Amino acid sequence: MGLNLPLKRRPGPADEPGGAADPATADAIAAASQWRLIWLRFRRHKLAMGSLAVVCVMALIGLFCEFVAPTTPGEYSAEHTHAPPQALHFVDTSGGGLDLGFYVYGYDSTRDQETLAREYTVDESEKVELGFFVEGTPYEMWGVIPADTHLFGPENPEDRMYLLGADRNGRDMLSRIVYGTRVSLSIGLVGVALAFVLGVVLGGASGYFGGRVDTAIQRVIEFTMSIPTIPLWMGLSAAVPREWGPLTTYFAITVILSLIGWTDLARVVRGRFLSLREEDFVLAARLDGCSRSRIIGRHMLPSFTSHIVASLTLAIPLMILAESALSFLGLGLQPPVVSWGVLMQEAQNIHSIAGAPWTLLPGVAVTVAVLALNFVGDGIRDSADPYQ
Amino acid sequence: MRALLIRRFIYMVPTLFAISLVSFLIIQLPPGNYITTYVAELSARGQSVDQTQIRALEERYGLNDPVFVQYLRWIGGIVMNGDFGQSFLYQREVSTLIWDRIGISVALALATIVVSWGLAIPIGIYSAVRQHSVGDYVFTFIGFIGLATPNFMLALIFVWIAFAYFGESMGGIVSPEFADSAWNLGKVLDVVSNLWMPVLIIGTAGTAVLIRVLRANLLDELRKPYVTTARAKGLPEWRVILKYPVRMALSPFISTVGWVLPTIVGGEVMVSIVLSLDTTGPLLLQALRNQDMYLAGAFILVLGALTLIGTLISDLLLAWWDPRIRHAQAEEA
Repeated sequence: MGLNLPLKRRPGPADEPGGAADPATADAIAAASQWRLIWLRFRRHKLAMGSLAVVCVMALIGLFCEFVAPTTPGEYSAEHTHAPPQALHFVDTSGGGLDLGFYVYGYDSTRDQETLAREYTVDESEKVELGFFVEGTPYEMWGVIPADTHLFGPENPEDRMYLLGADRNGRDMLSRIVYGTRVSLSIGLVGVALAFVLGVVLGGASGYFGGRVDTAIQRVIEFTMSIPTIPLWMGLSAAVPREWGPLTTYFAITVILSLIGWTDLARVVRGRFLSLREEDFVLAARLDGCSRSRIIGRHMLPSFTSHIVASLTLAIPLMILAESALSFLGLGLQPPVVSWGVLMQEAQNIHSIAGAPWTLLPGVAVTVAVLALNFVGDGIRDSADPYQ
Repeated sequence: MRALLIRRFIYMVPTLFAISLVSFLIIQLPPGNYITTYVAELSARGQSVDQTQIRALEERYGLNDPVFVQYLRWIGGIVMNGDFGQSFLYQREVSTLIWDRIGISVALALATIVVSWGLAIPIGIYSAVRQHSVGDYVFTFIGFIGLATPNFMLALIFVWIAFAYFGESMGGIVSPEFADSAWNLGKVLDVVSNLWMPVLIIGTAGTAVLIRVLRANLLDELRKPYVTTARAKGLPEWRVILKYPVRMALSPFISTVGWVLPTIVGGEVMVSIVLSLDTTGPLLLQALRNQDMYLAGAFILVLGALTLIGTLISDLLLAWWDPRIRHAQAEEA
C-alpha cells in the first residue's frame, strides 16, 4: 500500500483563495486561470511550500551534483577509512580573539593493535581552510564538460574534508550522497513517467469504455495490488543479469518498479473518468459532434490534470523507497553506480554501523526526500480543485 | 453471507492461477538456471566439472523440457502432493524448508496487524477528538517520519541502538537455548520477548497510515448532525464518540486490511533480512541470489496465496462489521 491514501481533504477555515475581501483581488481571482488558482491555494500551505523549496534544492543538487560535491564519489583514501564526520567551524578562537573563519580540523589517526581498525581524534593544531568555488578533483559535468571547480571544499586540493565522514574505503560520504541524489531522484521521476503512461492509458481505457474492458483491467489491477510487492520486486530484479551495464540495469530496475507501481495511478484516472463521463459538458461536447479523442484530450483531460499531478508527486517517493530497498539488498542498482540505496549497502551489518554510524546517512537523505515529496503532493492534492 | 463466501472463493481461483504463473515466470526469467550457476561456482573455485554429471542433473530436474511442461510438472506436484520440488541449494525438499519459516512469517504479520491496530485506533481517535492539540501534532509528526523512513533503515537504527546502548545483539526470534527444545511456555515467552522489536519496526509505516485514515474519517464523522443529537440528548462524551462516529470511521479502516497485508508481508521480508530472523525473508533473498528456483518460487507462491486469503478474510470481516456493505454485496450476488 502506498503513502498516497485517499485521505479526506481537510476543509481549512478560509478556503477561498486569496480571501475575497478586497474587490480588486476578487476580480483578479475571477479572471485567473485554473493553474493560477491552484498556485494561489497551494501557496497557503506553509508545509507544502517549505517542502517544495526542499524538493527544488534537492533537484538542483541532483542536476549539478558534480559541481556541488566537494570531490568525486570514487575518490578514495586509504588513510581515511571510516573517518568520522568533521565539525564545520565558522569562528576561530585559537588566536585568543574571535576571528571569522571557514575551516575544519584535521585528524590524528592511530591503528588499534588488536582490531586493526583506525581510531581518529581531532587534531586541533591542523586547520584545513575551506573556501567556495575552489579547485579540486577534476570531473566531467554531465559526463561531457571537463571542469575542476567545486562549490566548496578545501582551499588546498591536497587537503581532505569529510563533513559527513568517510566510508570503508575513505570515500567522502557527502560527495557520495550528493551524487546519489541524481540517481535516486531520477529513478523516481523516470519510473513515475513510465507508470504514468501505463496508468493513464489503462486507467483511461477502463474508465472511458467501461463494461468488459473495465472489468478486465480492474481484475489486473486488483491482482497486481494483492501480491506482496517486495518479494515480487525482489524476484524480478534478481532476474536482471549481472553482466548488464550500469545504464541498462538502471532502466531495467525502473521498468520493474513502474510495472508494479502503475496501479494507483490507473485507479485515480479511472475514478476521474467515471465521474466526468456523466458531466453535462461532456454530453454537450458529444452532441456537438466532437470526436472521441477530442472529448478526452480537450474536454476531460484538463479538468483532472491537477489530480494526476498530485498522484504523480505522491508516487515518486514510493519509487524512491522501493529503489533504495532493492539496492540495499543488492538486487537493484550495482556499484559503481551511486544511489542512496547502493550507499546503504555499506551499513549492512551491525559492525559497520556500530563503528561508523554515519554510513546510515544516505537513509536520512531518503527520508527527507520522501517526506518533502509527500508534503508537496498532499499540498497539490488539497489545492487540485480550486473551484470548490 | 454464504453466497458471498462462495463467490469470493470462485474469484480466488483465477487469481491464484495468475500468482502461480507469475511465480513460475520469476523462476524462469534469469538467464541460465541453477546448474549453470553451480557449474560457474565450481569452476570459479578451480574444480573441474564432469559433463556427464551435469547431464544427469539436467535430466533429473527436467531442465531441458519446454517451459510449459516444466510449469505443469511444478504446479501439478504442488496441487496433488504438496510437493514443491527440491531445493538445489540445500539438497532438501522445499516443503520441509519453507513451512517452519512461513509459520513464523505469518505469526509476525498477524502480530504486526494486531499491534498496529492496537496503537492506531486509540491514537487516531485521540488525534481526531483533540485536533490541533500538541499530542495531535506530535503523533502526526512521528507518523510522517515513520511513513517516510524505509523500514530496513528503521531496523538498522534499532539494531544500532540496541547494540550501542544496551549491549545486546539482535539474534533470531528463538533464543539459542530454546532452539532445539519442543514448544513450551518458556519458549513461547521467549519468542514473544524477541518478537516485539521486529513487530514495531514492520508496523511503523502501516500504523502511521492507519492513524491518518482513522483521523481523517473520524473528523468527517464528528461534524455530522447525529453527533450533535447524541450530545444534545445528554450522552456522556466518551459514549457519544465511541458509540457512533468511531464505529462509522472504522469501516474504511477494516477495508484497508487487504492493502496493508502486502505491505506487511513485504516489510516483514525486508526487516527479517536486516535482523536476520528465521523467517522467509533471508531464505528468499538467498534463494533468489543463487537461482534456487523451486525454493524462491515456492516462497513467492505461498506468500501471495496467504496474502490473498488474508484479503478474503478482511473482506468477510468488513461485510460482518458493516451492514450496508453486507446488503450491497448480497444484492449484487
